[in-house]
Parts: sequence; C-alpha cells; structure tokens
Amino acid sequence: MTSFAHHFVETFWAVVPIIAILFIFQVGILKQKIPHLKRIVVGFVLVWLGLTFLIIGLEKALFPLGKIMATQLTSSNLVSNPLDWYGYYWVYIFAGCIGFATTIAEPSLLAVAIKANQVSGGFIKVKALRITVAIGVAIGIALGSFRIVTGSPLHYFIIGGYILVLIQTYFSPKNIVALAYDAGGVTTSIVTVPIIAALGLGLSSAIDGRNPLTDGFGLIAFASLFPIMSVLAYVQIIHLSNHDKPNQ
Amino acid sequence: MKKTLYQFAKNLVDSAKDLAPIVLVIAFFQIVVLQQSIPNMDNIIIGTGFVLIGLTLFMHGLKLGLFPIGEVLAFSFVKKGSIVWLLVFSFALGFGATIAEPDLIVMANEAAKVAQFGGIITSDAELNQYAQTLRYTVAIAVGLSVVIGVIKILKGWAIQYLIIGGYLLVMVSTLLAPDFIIGIAYDAGGVTTGPITVPLLTALGVGLSSSIRARNPLIDGFGMIAIASLLPIVAIMIFGIVR
Repeated sequence: MTSFAHHFVETFWAVVPIIAILFIFQVGILKQKIPHLKRIVVGFVLVWLGLTFLIIGLEKALFPLGKIMATQLTSSNLVSNPLDWYGYYWVYIFAGCIGFATTIAEPSLLAVAIKANQVSGGFIKVKALRITVAIGVAIGIALGSFRIVTGSPLHYFIIGGYILVLIQTYFSPKNIVALAYDAGGVTTSIVTVPIIAALGLGLSSAIDGRNPLTDGFGLIAFASLFPIMSVLAYVQIIHLSNHDKPNQ
Repeated sequence: MKKTLYQFAKNLVDSAKDLAPIVLVIAFFQIVVLQQSIPNMDNIIIGTGFVLIGLTLFMHGLKLGLFPIGEVLAFSFVKKGSIVWLLVFSFALGFGATIAEPDLIVMANEAAKVAQFGGIITSDAELNQYAQTLRYTVAIAVGLSVVIGVIKILKGWAIQYLIIGGYLLVMVSTLLAPDFIIGIAYDAGGVTTGPITVPLLTALGVGLSSSIRARNPLIDGFGMIAIASLLPIVAIMIFGIVR
C-alpha cells in the first residue's frame, strides 16, 4: 500500500511540468483562454491515474516476467554447454520473436510507414516497411542478447552500427533519410521497453561472469539502431531495382 | 457521452493489442519450449491487468487533454512569428513531455536499483535522487534536441549533418565515460521517444515546416525524433563523467 501511495506522488510530479508549461504558455504568454477547460482537466487527471497504474503494472508484471524468461531460458536443461555462445540459441530465438512481434503490432510505426509511402510517391510499401523495421528490431535484440551472453563491449557494436548507418546514408535517396532515422526511435513503445530491458538485466544476472551494471543495459539501443539500417537497406534495394528498369 | 464511451472502448482495444504480442510470444515459449511454471503467477496477472487499465486511461487522457492543447499551442507559436518564444516553447515542450514519459520513469528506477546493487550508490535516499537526476538530465537533453530540430527546420539544414555530428559526440563521450554508465546512456536514446513526446514533437515539426514556404512538411518535418534519440545519450555520458 505504501508503494501505491509512493507511485501516486511520483507520477503526480511527473505530469506537473508538462501541465504547468502548457498552461503558462497558453494563458501567460499567448494570453488566450484554455478551450474546453473541463475536458482538459479530466484528461490530465486520467493521464495521472493511468500513469500510476501503468508504472505499478510494469514494475509488478512486465519487469519480473522479462527476468523470469531470462532465467528460465538460460537454465541448464535448455543450455547444453553454458561456455559456448551458441548454446544459448533459445535466448536469441526468444529475443528475435519478442522484437518482431511487438514491432509489427506497433501503431506509431504504421503512422510513419504511411508517411514514408507518401514521401516516396508510393515506391515504399507500407506493409514492406513495417516488416523491414520489425526484422531490424528482431536482429537487433537477438544480436544484443548475443553481446550480453559473450560479454563483449557494447560500444563496439553501437559505434560499428553508427559507421554502417553513415555509409548507408551516403548512398540513400536524401528525402527518405530523416524518416529512416525516425523509424529507429518509434519502435520502442511503452510495453516493449520494460520487457526488453528486463530480459537484458535478467540475462546478465543469470549468466556466470556477467554483471548487470556493465552488461545488463544496451538492448534498447540495439532495438533503436538496427531498424535504421534495415530501412536504409530496404530503400536502397528498391531504389536500385527501379534504376534497373530502363523505361521507368 | 456515447462518443466518449466509444472512444474509451477503442483505447482499451488498442492497449490490449499493444500487450497481445508480448503475451502471445511468452505464452508460446512457456508452453512449447520451457514447460516450467512461472513463480508469482497471480502477481503477474494482476500487474498485467494494471498495465492494461493504466495504458487505456493514460492514452484516453492524453487524447482528451494534452494532445489538443499541445498541438494548438505548437501552431500558435509557429504563427506568432517570434523566434525567441518559439525556441523557449520548444525547449519547454520537449522537457515537460519527457519528464512524464512512463518508459523513462520505469527505466530510471531500474537503473538506480542496478546502480545500488553494483555499489555505485549506497543509501535508499540516493536511490530516488539518482533516478530523478537521470530523468532530468534526459529531459534537458530532449529539450535542447527540440530547439536544434526547430532551428534545423528554420534554416533548412540537412538532417544527415546533424546526425553525423551527433554520432561523433556519442563516440567521443563513450571514450571518456565510466563503464557503468555506457549501457544506460545508449538505452536512454530509445527510451525518450515515447507516447507523449512523439506526437507533440511531430505536431511541432510538421506545423513549422508547413508554415514555411520553402519547406516540405513530409521531408523537413521529420528528423526531430532522431535528434532527440542522440543528445540524451551524450547527456547521460556527461552525467556519468561528472558524477
């Protein structure tokens, strides 16, 4: 019960800044009345209540669930040889499945995909782009779990990824680049982040020789970086295949 | 009233759709692969119910209150024509939206627990403070990102140069930062762009680029989220260095 009260206070202070900012700018600087004041007040109360339930739920259910999955997937009856990285193949399969399934269902990705379709004049297909992003996330999280299993330094992968993105950017049509970058940011939604983060922290505490402090984080970074690469690759491929047709 | 109820039901269905893939994948692995029991199953079921209710109320509230007024304000400041006020508002919007992001709250709390476990912080009082500082650091960085994003649209800068600059900053700060902060810093980039920030920033970006004749909203309106995913990384690294 005390944790309930604690969360109510915590989320109250989380929503106060944005409310204060919007009211100060509307009333104080633009000197305009707040339209539909009653509805907006109800809206903010709902945001506060919703945020409280959401955070308690995430901490009580999704975080523990991610950690339980990490523990069970690394238990000795699934991992035949705990010293070899490929012994943990169920971990990578699970990581990929979670990444693909949560991304393909992500509503904000659909919005970005529709806009990409418009910008490209229909060359980029909505469904294909969503699958491309989901594959990117799946590969990203699977590779991120591999990194945790092997304990290799995170920044090698991320900086290597950056360099690849820069090379791809150089060869990509410029009007789609910004959208591809944004696609990386929108893939990680409210319910995805806790489960992925918990998987990483769980893996790093379940595997011998790994430390949650230095190995546990980083999966979300993989999940945001790899879709940029897969989208740029996809755009590059359809761009090239269009150039090959002489009568276009 | 009927309309409100319909909207609420729609949000409930959307939240269930958000949760469904996770539940399905985990259920599949539990039944087919792992065949083990889940400890504290009742807690997890109740917690998942909380997530469902919380997500529904949260999204419903955002659509009722925050999005309409946020979007109207973004358009008003674009029309007002004062660049200084536009930039001040942009910073405040990015900062305020990020502080309220649920992902960031949960991640910061978790990062603090891990830091305590690893001996980086020692007392429970520090635990809250650590999480708070992380969140405020990220929020300031997102505020600055929005300011940069707005200037980019005003000046017509190409996004790739900003991204290259951002990547270079991330690389340099990685070299200087202590090991324990690097993972959290990289993750912070993906966490910031959540359900409150993305719609508000998109409204600001698209509104601004459609009001300037030389800009194409479909091209110049994007990229703000990408910048807002990079600067928080650098900011958390600096937090790790200074600490």
